[in-house]
Amino acid sequence: MRWLVARAQTRRELEAAVIALLASLAIGSLLVLAAGEAPGHVWPQMALRTLGDPYLLGQVLYKATGLALTGLAVAIALDAGLFNIGAEGQLTAGVLACAVTGAALPAGTPAVLAIPLCVLAAAAAGAVIGALIGALRVYRSAHEVITSIMLNAIVAGVVLWIGNEVLFQGGTTRGPSIAPGAQLPQLGASGSAVNASIVLAILAVLAVWWLRARTTWGRAWRVVGRDPAAARTTGISVARVQLLVMTGAGALAGLAAANFVLGHKHAFEEGLGRGTGFLGISVALLGRTHPAGVAIAALVLGFLSTGGLAVADLVPKELTEMLQGVVVLAVAAAGAWVQKEPGTESPLSPFRTRRTGACPGCPKTSQKRLRPQRREDRC
Amino acid sequence: MLTLTLLIAVPYALAAMCGAITERSGVVDLALEAKLLFGAFGAAVVGHATGSPYLGLLGGVGAGMAIAALQIVFALRLGADHVIVGVALNLLALGGTRFLLQLLYGEGANSPPVDGFGSALLGNPIVWLALVAAIALPLAVRHTRWGLRLRAAGDRPDALVAVGVSPDRARLHAALVGGALAGAGGAQLSLAVGGFVADMSGGRGYIALAMVILAGWRPAWAALACVGVALAEALRIELAVRAVGIPHELAQLAPYVLTLLVLIVAGGAHGRPPKALGKR
Repeated sequence: MRWLVARAQTRRELEAAVIALLASLAIGSLLVLAAGEAPGHVWPQMALRTLGDPYLLGQVLYKATGLALTGLAVAIALDAGLFNIGAEGQLTAGVLACAVTGAALPAGTPAVLAIPLCVLAAAAAGAVIGALIGALRVYRSAHEVITSIMLNAIVAGVVLWIGNEVLFQGGTTRGPSIAPGAQLPQLGASGSAVNASIVLAILAVLAVWWLRARTTWGRAWRVVGRDPAAARTTGISVARVQLLVMTGAGALAGLAAANFVLGHKHAFEEGLGRGTGFLGISVALLGRTHPAGVAIAALVLGFLSTGGLAVADLVPKELTEMLQGVVVLAVAAAGAWVQKEPGTESPLSPFRTRRTGACPGCPKTSQKRLRPQRREDRC
Repeated sequence: MLTLTLLIAVPYALAAMCGAITERSGVVDLALEAKLLFGAFGAAVVGHATGSPYLGLLGGVGAGMAIAALQIVFALRLGADHVIVGVALNLLALGGTRFLLQLLYGEGANSPPVDGFGSALLGNPIVWLALVAAIALPLAVRHTRWGLRLRAAGDRPDALVAVGVSPDRARLHAALVGGALAGAGGAQLSLAVGGFVADMSGGRGYIALAMVILAGWRPAWAALACVGVALAEALRIELAVRAVGIPHELAQLAPYVLTLLVLIVAGGAHGRPPKALGKR
């Protein structure tokens, strides 16, 4: 019986994602029309050019690597009922820490030592920012959306200042190169940026999946997201779970720095990885916060942003930027839409408990909109 | 200095008042950034097309209201999560304004120049609008039927249902008034510098929202808190002009650090949030 329910939920989540993608495609087509091109021409061209070219395909994977990690950072926080908009700042802190550590290592450091050190530094820096957001939420009940936005700006400013003061060399916006031992091997053909950190992303997806689905710990963080009061009753410390999840989320976002610093640029650069943290929000929502969904969503959005450049001669590349907002809106609406039937709530998203207040817990009204015109909707 | 502070404060304050009444009606309003950005964009486009800053202001107001309507459709009609809708609209505004710039003017970052109201304080209708709103909104929220319904929609929507009024309609009205205000705030952004620049709202919407929470969801106090933020910003500009030795990268962070400090000291649970905020 349980697997039947679970399958129904998975089907719902898939439905939501498919509906959202179709709606986004429709709106995207309208935008293409507005730009004076035929959607029937642009979409196939986008797919053909991107998937047919080994370089662009590598770029899709490169972008997906970073997006999967920041997507996970947003997704696990979302599972615990926290909206982590701070992945951008966490990633930026990770990029700085990773590059500084890499550059500080002596040139002869072996890879077995250099790579783990740099990766750890990146994760730790992200975790610090994440933990700060979590602590402010837990101890000062400051809304994490506000604090993470403030921290995004502050981290960006401070990192730029450090770059300008000590790192950037001779009028460039590039810092000193990392030790050769810390460089991750390239995997892509024809000079694309995809690198060994994709393994890191895959491992992270598997680890989060295992934690989330197979451990009491993962259960606890999802219960906290769905119903903090129930969690408290069963003896879970909501504050501790939220603090830990935000720390973990920060570490995941920081890890994405390995992709940009160790795998591609081999140095700190102004604006490296910028936008990946924000796009992680779209990834997490499109993936319905499930690790497998996040991985697929990262590929989809990586394809979209690479594809936007591939067809830049047909439509302005701003179109795909705008589409990312459209995708999030569509997912939010579709997610609510497939959840309309009562009693089939999915545990995948914390953004679902809906009560009218008129009759808490009543199965008849708890999922419905208040319609004063229709009396039968009310108890 | 005073003039500078007030001119900087106007977009913040208008956005904050929008946030205050939208949230008081029970809708989480993270879309302030989108309303400011589209307001600025609408004002620049209409202002450029007609050559009149007054019509430009109207364009900004219209754009702000359009975003508010979109927000209500998604958050209430389609039942999407309020916070996600807000973030999505902000993303949409960032990409959308650039996309439209590209379509309209063939350029992704700047609009062609538009006439503004100049840097005089008293000749600027947006300043007057902000002032009038700061005085009239609290009165309206407290003493009019519109305000009563707005507060009821935010605190006890079931009570509103019981007297046969749709809470969603009350929320729509609140959001539209708020959208108009925030749109006007956006218009001030682009008209003041004589054109639209991509991402010119630069996080002001989020700061305004922080001030709303800080002020306990009271519109006038939120506006006042925004004047404080503007003061910090004006101070930075003054200091930069006098070349005091603070690195400019760090000086720019003053409003963010200030907001964060205030949140740390005062705590986020300052004041009383509307009871049905974000719920339906």
